[in-house]
Amino acid sequence: MDFTRRAALMTSAAIASSVLFPERSFAQETPRKGGVFSVHYGAEQRMLNPSLQASTGVYIVGGKIQEPLVDLDARGQTVGVLAESWESSPDGKTITFKLRQGVTWHDGKPFTSADVQFTAMNMWKKILNYGSTLQLFLTAVDTPDPLTAVFRYERPMPLNLLLRALPDLGYVSPKHLYENGDIRQNPVNLAPVGTGPFKFVQYERGQHIIADRNPNYWRPNAPYLDRIVWRVITDRAAAAAQLEAGQLHYSPFSGLTISDMARLGKDPRFIVSTKGNEGNARTNTLEFNFRRKELADIRVRKAIAHAINVPFFIENFLGDFAKLGTGPIPSVSTDFYPGADTPQYAYDKALAAKLLDEAGFRAGAGGARFSLRLLPAPWGEDVSLWATFIQQSLSEIGVRVEIVRNDGGGFLKQVYDDHAFDIATGWHQYRNDPAVSTTVWYRSGQPKGAPWTNQWGWTDATIDKIIDDAATEVDPVKRKALYRDFVTRANGELPIWMPIEQIFVTVINAKARNHSNTPRWGSSTWHDLWLAE
Amino acid sequence: MRILGLAGRRLAASIPTLILILIGVFLLLQFAPGDTVDAMMAQMGGGDAATAKELRRFYGLDLSVTAQLGNYLWRLVRFDLGFSSIYGKPVATVIAERLPATILLMTASLSFAFFFGLILGVVAARGVNKWPDTIISSLGLIFYATPSFWFGLMAIVVFSVYLQWLPAGGLEDITVAQTGIWRTIDIAKHLVLPTLTLGLIFLAIYLRIMRASMLEVLNLDFVRTARAKGLDETSVVVRHVLRNALLPMVTLIGLQAGTMLGGSVVVESVFSLPGLGRLAYESVIQRDLNTLLGIIFVSALLVILVNFFVDILYARLDPRISTEG
Repeated sequence: MDFTRRAALMTSAAIASSVLFPERSFAQETPRKGGVFSVHYGAEQRMLNPSLQASTGVYIVGGKIQEPLVDLDARGQTVGVLAESWESSPDGKTITFKLRQGVTWHDGKPFTSADVQFTAMNMWKKILNYGSTLQLFLTAVDTPDPLTAVFRYERPMPLNLLLRALPDLGYVSPKHLYENGDIRQNPVNLAPVGTGPFKFVQYERGQHIIADRNPNYWRPNAPYLDRIVWRVITDRAAAAAQLEAGQLHYSPFSGLTISDMARLGKDPRFIVSTKGNEGNARTNTLEFNFRRKELADIRVRKAIAHAINVPFFIENFLGDFAKLGTGPIPSVSTDFYPGADTPQYAYDKALAAKLLDEAGFRAGAGGARFSLRLLPAPWGEDVSLWATFIQQSLSEIGVRVEIVRNDGGGFLKQVYDDHAFDIATGWHQYRNDPAVSTTVWYRSGQPKGAPWTNQWGWTDATIDKIIDDAATEVDPVKRKALYRDFVTRANGELPIWMPIEQIFVTVINAKARNHSNTPRWGSSTWHDLWLAE
Repeated sequence: MRILGLAGRRLAASIPTLILILIGVFLLLQFAPGDTVDAMMAQMGGGDAATAKELRRFYGLDLSVTAQLGNYLWRLVRFDLGFSSIYGKPVATVIAERLPATILLMTASLSFAFFFGLILGVVAARGVNKWPDTIISSLGLIFYATPSFWFGLMAIVVFSVYLQWLPAGGLEDITVAQTGIWRTIDIAKHLVLPTLTLGLIFLAIYLRIMRASMLEVLNLDFVRTARAKGLDETSVVVRHVLRNALLPMVTLIGLQAGTMLGGSVVVESVFSLPGLGRLAYESVIQRDLNTLLGIIFVSALLVILVNFFVDILYARLDPRISTEG
């Protein structure tokens, strides 16, 4: 009671000062307890447990309810969440985590190292996408006491690689609710139980998901919000209208149309920015199928890259939300970005035509050289616009492009399972460390049917060796140098071209405070988020 | 009793149609590239081939198409609609959760379209070629020609964004818990714009049909007789013309129940309503065959049910129909 009265007094003081000194109000505001935060939720999920499915669609709900061992702070540095400290043995084969004391699950049971052991061995290693690659050489997790978890690896695991991966791939689930029965079919997957600041309340299919404040949260005085509501809105224009009508506060991960984001950016009621999404960088791709004899010729791939005016496309179609990309590791990756002095392909139509002539594909009747089937992924307007732009650009050098549109399932099946494409375009999402998200696009020997892996029919012993060496290199400086070699080789051989770099765009109501303050804010816990009156 | 016999025969006759539709849709969906596991992978943002294989076995997708179809029909015979792979629940439960919103929306839109279509049609017919007719007919044409998604979005912009009178979407306000009459009012408020959006195009159709059939009946001999008897114009219209002119309108309800389910996909998406239309769209995208077939089964039942009532209504309006049957 006392606290509420004090909070009320402080709030009224804040309001008074904001009237007197409006320009100072932001800095002087005191966080307000209470309020309901409404989030735009574009696609429904089959599960909400981030220990089982690594995707932003899951984190945006599950990341408020469950917590990872570590997360990233405002400067992008690793900070402990369920783990307080960590250390690696010199050979990189043993990594020890000290866990936080006094943390309980939402059902009241204590959080211990047994939960970490169970989750790592049964979920991360066996089920979690990307996790199964990351933890491939994990042999055991020892639990000498309830607050210590010792990860044992068969091959050296670079500590920095693990720490960069764990914010996304290190969510912990309660062992006592999962140890019996089939993990995939457990009803807890859709009614998650965690240690986070919000407790799951309800999932009404097609309508909303609700989570309420966890009164026993381990961070003192957190969270501020009473409730978070995720509203399922599939239509982008409808979501923009609901933001304007005040029914929604936040649309994450570029959930609106490009034109609506640009329009709302001029409205003082909203903040439209890429801030808080630096950890969710993505590049637009152009993937070449090496089974086509024309595309197996490096001169043709280079000609295609030279024929497309990327700066023109970015300026006229993507606006402020994108920039010129320089390869598979985006510039936001402070740990690994090699700079722009790797092989690049500037717009040069004459050079493109010359390369095609040299490769023996001379213009025939009507100026046509050969034709290609282009499969654009159905995610995002930018991919669709980019596909049309490729089609028009290539027609100018005599390459006919037929665009074949599919929905999500159809696209993955045709490209990654049936290999029924000549060129394909979609997104590559970078996950803080190339070993987690990127090298599988280039490493040969990927099993057929695995989406977002090397299904181009490209094999290169040099790049395979670089990838394997970098994955187990414990010295951070040597690792960075290896990834520089990786980008140089990848850009030079061009099995995939990644010419555009984008960061997801956030649209949020200006009343929200403490938002976008970490590089993966949309996925984080929101324990300090609050709403001004 | 005769009416019921007629209706019963109609119901029995629709069963083979229903089965043919289900088999047709099942086969049609086989032509779409990718299955539910591919869609799942797309949603997850990646996964390995071994997981995909295991999931395919789990959902029975490794069987041949005929075996899958056989399994499905055999389950259907036992009134089991199967298990939804997107929702992780029995299809019957998933549909039961979505059905109320769709039925609410359909009933509201049909009643709105029918009622106002009837009134406007009568007014237009009575003032044929005068200004009320011109205004009503032009309005009807505009409603008919406007795509419903555009109309829906414009209605949101005007009534929700600028005027802030009505909510922009959803079925009810979930930020405050409401019960009883307040909840009913809240849901009704949320339904105003979707009902208008879905109903206007049908209103335009009803209005034109009503106008035409009124004009036709007004010229028949028995109307002239009624007038000659000295009845005033209102009783002529209400007692003699309306009842006869209503027949084509009632026919249209039966026909449009199905169309309306289709139209609801757009309206449910624009207004974020948790209905069957959006569920159907989602199941196609996610290749959730069981749910899609379940929805088709239930929608077909709905359409059959509406037509059943139309048949009964028909017999009430025109007694000749039930005796001929």
